[in-house]
Amino acid sequence: MSTAAAPFDVTRVRRDFPILAQHVNGHPLVYLDSAASGQRPNAVLRAVERYETHHHSNVHRGVHALSQAATEAFEGARERARRFLNARSRREIVFVRGTTEGINLVAQAFARPRFGPGDEILITGLEHHANIVPWQMVCEQTGCTLKVAPIDRRGELDLDRFLRQLTARTRLVAVAHVSNALGTVLPVERIVEAAHSCGALVLLDGAQAVPHTAIDVQALGCDFYAFSGHKLYGPTGIGVLFGREELLEEMPPWQGGGDMIRTVSFEKSTYNDLPWKFEAGTPNISGAVGLAAAMDYLEGLDIEAVAAHEQRLLALATAELSRIPGLEIIGTAAHKAAVLSFTLRGCHPHDLGTILDSEGVAIRTGHHCAMPVMTFFDIPATARASFGCYNTEADVDALVAALGKAREVFG
Amino acid sequence: MDLKDLYRDVILDHNRQPRNFGALEGANAHADGHNPLCGDRLTVWVRLQGERITEVRFEGKGCAISTASASLMTEAVKGKDTATVRRLFEQVHALLTHPNGTPDAALGKLAALGGVSEFPARVKCATLCWHTLNAALERSADAVTTEGG
Repeated sequence: MSTAAAPFDVTRVRRDFPILAQHVNGHPLVYLDSAASGQRPNAVLRAVERYETHHHSNVHRGVHALSQAATEAFEGARERARRFLNARSRREIVFVRGTTEGINLVAQAFARPRFGPGDEILITGLEHHANIVPWQMVCEQTGCTLKVAPIDRRGELDLDRFLRQLTARTRLVAVAHVSNALGTVLPVERIVEAAHSCGALVLLDGAQAVPHTAIDVQALGCDFYAFSGHKLYGPTGIGVLFGREELLEEMPPWQGGGDMIRTVSFEKSTYNDLPWKFEAGTPNISGAVGLAAAMDYLEGLDIEAVAAHEQRLLALATAELSRIPGLEIIGTAAHKAAVLSFTLRGCHPHDLGTILDSEGVAIRTGHHCAMPVMTFFDIPATARASFGCYNTEADVDALVAALGKAREVFG
Repeated sequence: MDLKDLYRDVILDHNRQPRNFGALEGANAHADGHNPLCGDRLTVWVRLQGERITEVRFEGKGCAISTASASLMTEAVKGKDTATVRRLFEQVHALLTHPNGTPDAALGKLAALGGVSEFPARVKCATLCWHTLNAALERSADAVTTEGG
């Protein structure tokens, strides 16, 4: 049972994140860059340390105690990820380095062998480079075509035009669940339903969605779902690709090596079962252990309560920043995750980033690996503040004060 | 680190009103520079008589450091020969990467960029225009070589 009625105790949450208790450039750290990478709670740090201190060995290899302990920890993390996504089976959970590798796996092992001239892949104008470039590579390799559904000035997907671009030629729809640059939450249920009615499959890039919303891949009905551990307060270098079992079963392996085989001879090798068929080489075992701990932690906080807390901060920050002369919020979709992208007249985002940093406020500046989004708004870059479970109203105040400082310098 | 040392008045002034801004008619060479990390883009045009830069202009979108550095650069290199300009870039580079160093007297107004050395993440902003100028000069040298060949 969740304790949704209990108020969200952000003070207690902050105590779980030792990195936050530091000063940067003489000011208390105000970390507003969780969309780039979340910080790790003690629960994750300790789980990794415990694994490295007591249980580490290689997985699926030895009969000795440590190898069995490591295998149990790694496969236990897989079961944890299955529950996190409500996937039917552990065979549908492939450990990858992160969202980027998950998408590349689908591009190379699913799309490349079966797409050809006349086939189309449909993405949106909001995508992160990781959900653009792998498909461009597949188009070069197979002769299929990449289509891009446009966004509007609010940073919302133009759903009518998206639906018109969805045709019998569309083989795969690959869209972000939540936009990293603007925070827009996409209507993924509608997208999945429409794509499936056209006979197209759907990959969701969940990198920015997983820390803010509970994911149920069966309810979503998507065919692939990829995300990274470090966006949800877990380690870097580990992520998950969910794929429907019957699809993964039909797909050839994309990397060869140890662990992904059953038998090897110089004449012919046979491949391992799912999901190990897609996990060549020694995996990031401690990363998986840390990721499982992060899932325990986030679900322990109650993801819905975290999301509600972040939405309060987003609303407050949106209201406060809207009052600043010359400040323009980029991305004003009706339904947003806790991401606030903006520009300040007369002050380049890069200068803003430096000035805010000098006040201890960490934000991201640049194109956010979404150059087409910047091109659409005809700006080189934005400043982006993003909120996580540990952010407070005081963090919003510090952001506003630091922006005042920037206006002083560039006044 | 001191913000005032980075955003000195000279920098803010050249950012607000960049000198030699806009395309150059009758240029011998130009080059485009791009900093993919922050999205800064600029173009540098040069007109050369022999080895001497008689005219130089730039245009682009960038942060205050990148814009001011380009503006100051155009003022500094106009009328100089290419060997002197290359030496100047070396001196600017040393200024940008050595905190507590003593600026070379030859730098003149360019010394205003000294504060950048305290902000390693911003060094590339200040050097983009110089790399782009170098590329333009190399291109003009290539052109001369081709014609001579």
